[in-house]
Amino acid sequence: MGASQTRTVHKYQDLADKTGFSLEQIKNLYQRFQHLSGNEETISRDNLESIPALANNPIRKQIIAAFFDKRNQHQDEVGSCNEIGFEQFLMVMSHFRPPNAKTTEEEKEAMRKEKLRFLFNMHDTNNDGTITLVEYRKVVEELLSNSGDIGQEAAKAIADAAMLEVASTNVPHMGPEDFYAGITFEHFEQILEGLEMESRMHIRFLDVNTATMRCGKSQS
Amino acid sequence: MPSRTGSHRPAGIGKSLSERGLLLLIVLVLLEGSVLPLGAASSPDISHKEDLDKHKVPEENYTKKAFPVLDLDYHHVHTPFEVSLWVLLASLMKLGFHLIPRLSGIVPESCLLITVGLLVGGLIKLAGEKVPPVLDSKLFFLCLLPPIILDAGYFLPIRPFMENLGTILMFAVVGTLWNAFFVGGLLYAVCQIQPANPSILHNIELLPCLLFGSIVSAVDPVAVLAVFEEIHINELLHILVFGESLLNDAVTVVLYHLFEEYSGAGTVSVLDCVLGVISFLVVSIGGVLVGAFYGILTAFTSRFTSHTRVIEPLFVFVYSYMAYLSAEMFHLSGIMALIACGAVMRPYVEANISHKSHTTIKYFLKMWSSVSETLIFIFLGVATVDGPHAWDWTFVTVTVILCLVSRVIGVIGLTYVINKFRIVKLTTKDQFIVAYGGLRGAIAFSLGFLLDENLFPMRKMFLTAIITVIFFTVFVQGMTIKPLVELLAVKKKQEAKRTINEEIHTQFLDHLLTGIEDICGHYGHHHWKDKLNRFNKKYVKKCLIAGERSREPQLIAFYHKMEFKQAIELVESGGGIKLPSAVPSTVSMQNIQPKKPPTAKPAERVLPQLPKGREEEIRKILRSNLQRTRMRLRSYNRHTLVADPFEDGFGDLLMKKQKMIELEKKIHDMNNYLTVPAAPPDSPTMCRARLASGKDTDFKPAQQHKGNTICPDPQAYSMKPTSDSVPTIHVDLASPQSPDSVNVMDEFKRASKKRDEEDQGLMMRPSTGLRHAGEADGGKEQQKLTRCLSDPGPSADEEEDEPFLP
Repeated sequence: MGASQTRTVHKYQDLADKTGFSLEQIKNLYQRFQHLSGNEETISRDNLESIPALANNPIRKQIIAAFFDKRNQHQDEVGSCNEIGFEQFLMVMSHFRPPNAKTTEEEKEAMRKEKLRFLFNMHDTNNDGTITLVEYRKVVEELLSNSGDIGQEAAKAIADAAMLEVASTNVPHMGPEDFYAGITFEHFEQILEGLEMESRMHIRFLDVNTATMRCGKSQS
Repeated sequence: MPSRTGSHRPAGIGKSLSERGLLLLIVLVLLEGSVLPLGAASSPDISHKEDLDKHKVPEENYTKKAFPVLDLDYHHVHTPFEVSLWVLLASLMKLGFHLIPRLSGIVPESCLLITVGLLVGGLIKLAGEKVPPVLDSKLFFLCLLPPIILDAGYFLPIRPFMENLGTILMFAVVGTLWNAFFVGGLLYAVCQIQPANPSILHNIELLPCLLFGSIVSAVDPVAVLAVFEEIHINELLHILVFGESLLNDAVTVVLYHLFEEYSGAGTVSVLDCVLGVISFLVVSIGGVLVGAFYGILTAFTSRFTSHTRVIEPLFVFVYSYMAYLSAEMFHLSGIMALIACGAVMRPYVEANISHKSHTTIKYFLKMWSSVSETLIFIFLGVATVDGPHAWDWTFVTVTVILCLVSRVIGVIGLTYVINKFRIVKLTTKDQFIVAYGGLRGAIAFSLGFLLDENLFPMRKMFLTAIITVIFFTVFVQGMTIKPLVELLAVKKKQEAKRTINEEIHTQFLDHLLTGIEDICGHYGHHHWKDKLNRFNKKYVKKCLIAGERSREPQLIAFYHKMEFKQAIELVESGGGIKLPSAVPSTVSMQNIQPKKPPTAKPAERVLPQLPKGREEEIRKILRSNLQRTRMRLRSYNRHTLVADPFEDGFGDLLMKKQKMIELEKKIHDMNNYLTVPAAPPDSPTMCRARLASGKDTDFKPAQQHKGNTICPDPQAYSMKPTSDSVPTIHVDLASPQSPDSVNVMDEFKRASKKRDEEDQGLMMRPSTGLRHAGEADGGKEQQKLTRCLSDPGPSADEEEDEPFLP
């Protein structure tokens, strides 16, 4: 028991170094992970899809897909897997870490890039480096998927307008025969410049444990 | 939808009568509300009685005559007359400052206005008149303050406000309490230690000191707004300081009443403290509740105004004013009530009312608030001249110093605590600006003015000290904050308007973060925000928003708004040349359309080979048609306003808008063909340079003509795709060659168009960007036309370039 205890602590320390989470946070997330997976080693799509709170989320599919996307796991692989272990789970979660006071400017910049890359990968489903109009339309459609028919009608128009906007701000001069293939990562960075993703794209991971965690568990 | 379609006149007659009766009542209430306090404020005034005596003499003279052809009865109009005079003076002053070029850049408007007030007050005093007590507290709190606060509340940026609510509350509540007790306590201590010469300061007790501290410690929203609007600071700092100034009202109100109540008795028990805390909760939460109640009422009322659009804005104003008055009636925080009212009603009201009403509300609020603000500062100046002053060096200096010190300590201490919880930490610079931006203003003065002379014998000294603090903060801090902001390179506000991409991604991020939180299994901000949003969508919107729009998701609403704005811009520009300025590019739908048969292009492009004159003609026709439709509908009707094409219900609106968009597209496309832009797409810097040099879609660059003439030429196409990789240098390289080649090709035309050719040779040399600029100015259309017929275009040049390339 004692040996396994130290081993897990050791493993946690490894993960903490890799992901930047604190040990407490990792412990919390591990509990959650076990709860979701039903005490299995890995987690599958079904596990995530069965989270009741997610049921109302219009972009549920993309969120779940992002967890199983190998691009988001700090590896150079491409494609998606069917099951992820705790480490991969943590890797995906680590994209949502808030910056803290100690992060330097360069680190912040790297963090921003990383977060934006995560978003970009969510949109760029076929991993060709651009978000094409079709992909963008899909995103907006999903966003509006909760609002029925009006949503679907408007989605196309909105995506088109948005794409037009990107094209016109990034490549202001195009002949009618030019073709804007899609949003590249650079353009993506540029259009989201005003949103200050580095500070916005985060959630608060619980540091202190158990009581709230339990409460959350019992509800879900 | 059904209630909207009912908006056509025949259905509405029966109902509108009773409705109008109700409205009349409301208007009367409003008038009473706004005029009476004015009258009450300015009429019990001895100077007017003097006026009255003066004017009686000529009146008697006139009455002896048979029939007074011309009569002078100033007294009859004197109150509204004087009020209008003040307003006029204020507005003219505001106008004047902006005519003097450099002045408004250096000195904040508030300082200038106070100076004007001082001058006016001085003049009145020199003239031997008694200065009217202009900044009467009643007038201030009932008439001048509400418009400013409503304006702030209605246009409160809710998102940043809510995101920083914790910090704001901390500054507003704890900060203000700290300031009040620190200033009050130390002031009392200073008053006690002065053994040498006996002074009146010894007589001051602790409670009046604390009262004074609570008056003088609150940051003033009016002063803060006046200064912060001018320095364009980033949103975070703005909302921190401004939010604090709004929310500390509850603290100030409670402290003020508490100390005022007990300074007579002289002692405060623990029970009183507890009651004070409870009272604070009641005052603040009560204020918010009252405001929210009226806000919902406004939203609900606006649901039914589709028949009588004219009075829509009135509901917003009257309900808000009622909220303020109701809150003040119970000594609740009127400011918080107004803020809550404005913030609650806005999303629903905006969805219900017409576009014009929205504009009206916007302008009225801005107008009222800016006039109020101007008047407040002028009156502050006048009151300074007028006020009975009791200058006490020790007291005044100690107050000013203590105010500054307590503010700095308070901000630093509180940020230390707050930063532990914040994700985006407040840097030292931020802290400095927050501390430095703590301006005091007319609210403090009015509260001091309200003090009872009998209870507080040192009222005059208090008032003097308050005025000094106000002047110090407004003049010294207000004037130096702008250079300091620049010196410290504090981040400024970006003026960019929100793009549809940002909107999409904001929403996407919201959902994403909610989803991640759900997966993490703990319920944080995003989770609750999502819950609230869903509740809002499911129930509240249905009740408060009429018709289709209640079910419209935010993104679609945003898109419609944007589309609508563009359509309006289009109409207002009269479909003129500046038309595509909203999207300063020539990128059109076909550039992003993924599947497009390339064969279709040549045919399409050959079609609109419109010469410039013809294009103008088309524009003119379109414009005049648009104007005619608008003109036809423009008949005066007192109750319904102009039946604007945009406002006959939502369906209609959509249709019209669609038409507008289509039209825009058409014109845009047409424009597009005519302004096929530079063939060798310039380096980004060049693009920017050209963008900066003006809307170059307005130019008719040479390439477009080339494009038009050459379009069957496959070379034009072979060149375009490579465009991204071909730097502009190529053109430069080619330039010595190009005139020759052109000349060779156009040999036979040369004789007849010699001048033209010279021009062309010149034009070909620099890279295309320059050429555009060169051609755009000067009405050389004819020349250009001929040239575009003769010019082989850059593709030929490019071809010849090839050997020259390494």
